Amino acid sequence: MKTSALRMKTFKIGGIHPPDYKLTAQHPIHTTRLPETAVVLLNQHLGALAQPLVGKGDQVKVGQLIAKANGFISANIHAPVSGKVVKVEPVADVTGYAQPAIHIAVEGDEWLESIDRSDDLITTCDLEPKAIVDRIFEAGIVGLGGACFPTHVKLSPPPGKQASCIIVNAVECEPYLTTDHRLLLEKGEEIVVGLCLAMKATNAPTGYIGIEANKKDAILYLQSISKKYPGIQVVPLQMKYPQGGEKQLIDAITGCRVPSGKLPIDVGAIVLNASTTFAIYEAVQKKKPLIERVLTVTGEALTQPGNYRVRIGSPMSMLAEEAGGVPENTAKLVAGGPMMGKALSSLNSPVTKGSGGLLMLASENAVRKPSRQCIRCGKCITACPMGLEPHLFMTLAEFEAWDQLEKAHIMDCIECGCCTFSCPSNRPLLDYLRIGKTTVGRLRKTRQQA
Amino acid sequence: MTTTLSAILILGAIGFALAAILFLVSKRFAVYEDPRIDQVEQSLPGANCGGCGFPGCRNFAEACVKGDLSTLRCPVGGNDTMKTVATILGREAVESAPKVAVLLCNGACDKRPKTNQYNGATSCSIEALTYAGDTACQYGCLGQGECADACTFDALHMDPLTGLPVVDEAVCTACGACVKACPRGLFELRLKGDEAKRVYVACKNKDKGAVARKACNVACIACSKCQQACQFDAITITDNLAYINDEACTVCGTCVSVCPTGSILSTFTIESAQA
Repeated sequence: MKTSALRMKTFKIGGIHPPDYKLTAQHPIHTTRLPETAVVLLNQHLGALAQPLVGKGDQVKVGQLIAKANGFISANIHAPVSGKVVKVEPVADVTGYAQPAIHIAVEGDEWLESIDRSDDLITTCDLEPKAIVDRIFEAGIVGLGGACFPTHVKLSPPPGKQASCIIVNAVECEPYLTTDHRLLLEKGEEIVVGLCLAMKATNAPTGYIGIEANKKDAILYLQSISKKYPGIQVVPLQMKYPQGGEKQLIDAITGCRVPSGKLPIDVGAIVLNASTTFAIYEAVQKKKPLIERVLTVTGEALTQPGNYRVRIGSPMSMLAEEAGGVPENTAKLVAGGPMMGKALSSLNSPVTKGSGGLLMLASENAVRKPSRQCIRCGKCITACPMGLEPHLFMTLAEFEAWDQLEKAHIMDCIECGCCTFSCPSNRPLLDYLRIGKTTVGRLRKTRQQA
Repeated sequence: MTTTLSAILILGAIGFALAAILFLVSKRFAVYEDPRIDQVEQSLPGANCGGCGFPGCRNFAEACVKGDLSTLRCPVGGNDTMKTVATILGREAVESAPKVAVLLCNGACDKRPKTNQYNGATSCSIEALTYAGDTACQYGCLGQGECADACTFDALHMDPLTGLPVVDEAVCTACGACVKACPRGLFELRLKGDEAKRVYVACKNKDKGAVARKACNVACIACSKCQQACQFDAITITDNLAYINDEACTVCGTCVSVCPTGSILSTFTIESAQA
């Protein structure tokens, strides 16, 4: 099939075209060494904190459950390394705030026997849908795109709701990051099998794999594989940020728009990230819990940028060393991509399930330009993929008009940063949107409790 | 002539009829309002700061007339105003000691090394939402001055040298606006004390001693020396942090001299070290 730009789909409202800087697209995934100490945070997912099951002095094996999900919206956490638990103590995460964590001193690399460590592809699965979801829950899989929403929750729609399609999000619209791209090329068939498993688990008849046009090799490769699997379709998409947003991707592929305040399942769609789909494959077919992930370590001045498979809990500093050390002119380290990522306050923070990359920005790209007055050009409104009015939100948030913000649908904001990116006056729109969202969210919660 | 006369008569009749309606309506639907509310409101400072917990002075006056004076207090006017209010209402005034806003962080630029540089919107709450701050202390002052913006009495100013806000004691009314504004909860309304003498732990760091000390030279490391030195049981240590109860403290200053990091501050010079 020819993939001409005219025939390719995309979402309808807003969006921007940042330069894509995919420096590491042709770098095969490289597995890093083991860290000396793994620091496993207990809040690597949305929802309740996991409950630690091990204490100081315990010996653990790779893949052993070390903290169990505390409630339905929560996720299990497994030992990413083998060794001895040194302590269970808070440690600063990427934001610098201390979070409870289990510290494991690495001794050897001893895995649980039940885990299949071979590379053989297993395409058949006799498990019942419920059993598949249970295995995904056991393996502690969360959305690896960054939001870390527990996957078993996504795959268990509330009663009365039925998924008509599963969409694999292999868009990777975030500049610099190439982890999903490499996974598609190296583990393409596993991802397709993972999608089949998710379809079986939810009884969904169709599966889509959405890939942006800048990954032509991946599109062609997956199109050739997906022919073998009925009901699966590869959808090439036009390049546009934030196409990897859940609601934008559903719009691009199915043409349905998720109404304000509703979830994707309300339009019959479930979106899974490509890395998550691969983790589902490993969990169900290989009984391997989520203990490692692929990160893109990148930056213009880096000597060995690349895609690294790393155990969760390894320090970011280890990744920086693997990639040839932090270049001298680096002014900002970002966990994730430049649009949605968070600036790192220290390289000592550990890799979590949600880390997508480590980006080193040179000083000229790292500092914000001074903010000026709003000139009412409306560029932020044009760019907003949710059809909102960011300039209005910023003014309202400055004046703490939280009730008006709620009425103006601030909770629909997906924090993609298109508004800040497009603002010619360099206004910190997203900063104010975030404070508005947090406050309105908190007010709503107190209102529900009252 | 007749035209003029009829116009005057018609308009006069309409005017009289409407006046009669207005008169009747004002009598029929009159709302009785306690005249004391107006009197109380006039005796209040009229700052509408919200420090009393009501949206404005009028609402506070209404509450005073209806409610129990012992639970109500205008922090701006203080005891004098409350006494006037009590006289108007013919009730007993409840005296309470005046308070002042105190900053519980002493991490000035030279004492708390910077590990990062914040470059976002000028707002403490946004910075606190984004990350732990420019220093390794996740509890300390962020220095964007949201408290100074929140102060309606111009009693708070940012000191450019230390990067910390400074409370102007003479102007501070203890309305509590800064307490609400600070995302880190660094302000506390403490007793003003006799001759404005106060002793307090200027730190909110709940990290373990070594971690706290590494982040800031003047952090409380919870060594409990002050607790042992205090003869009045005024000091408690919870979550690796000492706290001086201002009701029990006698401002003897012993704790200030034993503190190894200097996290305990006093508003006066302590004459003898082991008083």
